[in-house]
Amino acid sequence: MTVTDAAAPPGPSGDGSGAPTAAAKPRPLAWLGSLGNSLVVPVLALVTALAIGGLVIIFSDPDTLDSWGGFFSHPGATLSDSWNIVYDSYKGLYTSSLGTQAAIGRTLVEATPLALAGLSVALAFRAGLFNIGATGQLIIGATCAGWVGFTWDLPKAIHLPLAVIAGFVGGALWGGIAGVLKARTGAHEVITTIMLNYISFYLLDYALRTDAFQRPGREDPISKAVAESARLPDVSFGDIVMHAGLFLALAAAVVVWWLLDRSTVGFRMRSVGANPFASRYAGMAIGGTYVLAMLIAGGLAGLAGATNILGRPSFSLTTRYYSFIGFDAIAVALLGRANPAGVLAAAFLFGVFRSGATGMQAATSTPVDIIVVIQALIILFVAAPALVRSIYRIRAGRGAGQTFTTSWGA
Amino acid sequence: MKVELRGITKRFPGVVACDGVDLSVDSGEVHALLGENGAGKSTLMNILFGLYRPDEGEILLDGQPLRARSPADAIAAGIGMVHQHFMLVPVFTVAENVMLGVEPTGRFGTIERHEAHQRVADLSERYGLAVDPEATIEDLPVGVQQRVEILKALYRDARCLILDEPTAVLTPPEITELMGIVRQLAEGDRSVIFISHKLREVLAIADEISVLRNGKVVGHTTPDETDEQALASMMVGHDVKLVVDKAPATPGEPVLAVDNLVVGDDRGQRVVDGVSFEVRAGEIVALAGVQGNGQTELVEALTGMRPPRSGSVRFDGRDVTGWPPDDLFRAGLAHVPEDRQRDGLIGSFTVSSNLVLNQIEERPFSRRLRIDRGAVRKHAEELVEQFDVRTASVQSAASTLSGGNQQKVIIAREFFHADRLLVLSQPTRGLDVGSIQYIHRQVVAKRDEGVGVLLNSSELDEVLALADRVAVIYRGRIVGVLDREEASRERVGLLMAGAVEEAAEVEAPAGEEEVTVT
Repeated sequence: MTVTDAAAPPGPSGDGSGAPTAAAKPRPLAWLGSLGNSLVVPVLALVTALAIGGLVIIFSDPDTLDSWGGFFSHPGATLSDSWNIVYDSYKGLYTSSLGTQAAIGRTLVEATPLALAGLSVALAFRAGLFNIGATGQLIIGATCAGWVGFTWDLPKAIHLPLAVIAGFVGGALWGGIAGVLKARTGAHEVITTIMLNYISFYLLDYALRTDAFQRPGREDPISKAVAESARLPDVSFGDIVMHAGLFLALAAAVVVWWLLDRSTVGFRMRSVGANPFASRYAGMAIGGTYVLAMLIAGGLAGLAGATNILGRPSFSLTTRYYSFIGFDAIAVALLGRANPAGVLAAAFLFGVFRSGATGMQAATSTPVDIIVVIQALIILFVAAPALVRSIYRIRAGRGAGQTFTTSWGA
Repeated sequence: MKVELRGITKRFPGVVACDGVDLSVDSGEVHALLGENGAGKSTLMNILFGLYRPDEGEILLDGQPLRARSPADAIAAGIGMVHQHFMLVPVFTVAENVMLGVEPTGRFGTIERHEAHQRVADLSERYGLAVDPEATIEDLPVGVQQRVEILKALYRDARCLILDEPTAVLTPPEITELMGIVRQLAEGDRSVIFISHKLREVLAIADEISVLRNGKVVGHTTPDETDEQALASMMVGHDVKLVVDKAPATPGEPVLAVDNLVVGDDRGQRVVDGVSFEVRAGEIVALAGVQGNGQTELVEALTGMRPPRSGSVRFDGRDVTGWPPDDLFRAGLAHVPEDRQRDGLIGSFTVSSNLVLNQIEERPFSRRLRIDRGAVRKHAEELVEQFDVRTASVQSAASTLSGGNQQKVIIAREFFHADRLLVLSQPTRGLDVGSIQYIHRQVVAKRDEGVGVLLNSSELDEVLALADRVAVIYRGRIVGVLDREEASRERVGLLMAGAVEEAAEVEAPAGEEEVTVT
């Protein structure tokens, strides 16, 4: 039971990340080739980012940097010092994220909200919307799920599903606001979702100081803890311990894949995303599609928030922690090429970085911030595929950006 | 500069844009390149300007071969081009725009503004191009912006100046001024290539005229040897006249009845000004007009893409004024849009997806939410076969098809469900002759099934080949509805040009004119 299995898509699936279309002759089993092709850039981006990250590690370590001062007298020692620090850092990263079963469990827990929020960004992206608002939708989702979780007192069979649904609905409504604003007034979703992020953050900050939310006896903004009956159950395979939110994320990925690639609703969303003019001529309601896409996207981000508060050990809301998930989700969606299977794989990778970062720091005193640098480099290379191709002298793949050809492959 | 093009051939997928073109322009000469839209004029000039590379043929400048890989090479060789759409930075001044890219720089990389201004002022004085070097581009009228484009080319020492449809954007007084300027430009060593499809201008300004049609030079003449009539025949080319076999129409009851319709454009201008007409079942009504006379907005209003301001549209007796496109679709309206790349297709989607773009939510293509991919593919395979769409597979992306085959995909989709009314906007623009003939036969077949057809076309040949009745639109009004027998080329052409009906009858010469090709 690993998430990497999911990197092979459940079926040939499309890719809406509008790379330039290259003329391509379809071949039998073309989707296999195009799968390989669509993996080339992300994998090379990862390799390149790790290589550059290695250089940054060398230059951020004072001792190694000192040894470069004596490069001409002891070139061998300098190089081996450099090699060692990079090797130890990445080894620490690996050990504390994948090295033990307990570490894998932590990684999967980190990956869960990233996957859900990444699906949110990916789905909106396929409908032609850039959802920068996963953060806000996630905060509102967590707030709603949390409120249901610590306010009500119900049997577990009802309480947990209700709390999860509250998270979805809260996020959906929050995302829907941006959708309605876009459909009705043409307000650009990038602007509105960013603003809604601020609003949601300060709403939470305010709520956490009210009696309905704030934990009795505390002065700082922290909520009551979610009741036992609304907590996501722990799941363990051997020493891999995680919460059931992972299954929610996997199920959501399958649903999103089906919705986008097999349903009329997804057809409409992809159609509007790819060419709103032709979609309008074909009688599709553009505004309605935007609203629907933002509702679903918001709901997915809301689920991310819900799994977070209902699954992570503190079981309470604070104003910290949330913002990075929403932004990493954009990176996850980009790296996963707005494709559900790709998003799962990318979320797993970012989960590795998050859970391994502290271990790396403990092992080598390489600062945690290096991880942020590596993540940023990956995104840089993924967002600029031409850069990766020119580094590795790859010609534009014949499947690149062409995968709609296969999205219907039967 | 003497410019010679020899045997230039340029092919695009599905189209031969230039087919062995020979052209020779002498120093001090204004050479007009005449041809209809899509005749290959712009492609030819883009080749000369280094934007495209020819598949065959060579270019000689003063006898020296030119191998331009980019416009920069062409400019260095002395070629200047003024595009139809200006390439100016709106917030920069005239002088800044003129020197952009070739700024005179001082010792420390500073821009020598004064020197640039001086040269711009000198040039504008010498050629009578009254322009203030300090003015900001966005404050200037279009005619003056064009002078800035000309100045740009002169500043770069252009010895062959290409003007691409320079009068298309100008008002009549500006055109007169431009004519004077062009004369002065062709002094001494410089040559001017003047691209146009307006006969009068060409006759007024050119020393030599070459006529291009379907990528070939079909005639070469001078203003003294020819007149408007002869040039028009040469340009349109009756030898490729599109003949469609069709029986006389047997029209039935009205399908579409438009009454006093008023439509505004995006800027709020009243561009359809009280239009009334009918389309009956089993007849083809052509809406003939020069581009930009309101026909685009009229068709948009009829197909639900643009709400009309007033008036009514009745479809099969029902008032459908202001209905959205999907309701009109269900009522039996099929529509082939004018801009097929933008409005007709989703390039990244497969051919099979595009063939069900407006029917995906209907049975048998889906049930509730679930798409039946087998049904979609089977449908696509049948239509591809029936409409002879040349594609590697129904799973190929629509963008990989040639223009003609893309249009066939749209035609197939729309004709499949067209059982009452078919609205076609410029259905064959830019297509090769084979595709045009195929599409024309399909349109007539639909008519014979009893479908009412409204054909919006600015191609006079197409109008005359297909129409049972011709409604001529000019400045947002229907200025005449003619039966096919009354609709001679001259009469429709004059109406399209805004001549009043009485005058048209007096001036229209009888019979078809002879083609004079030298």
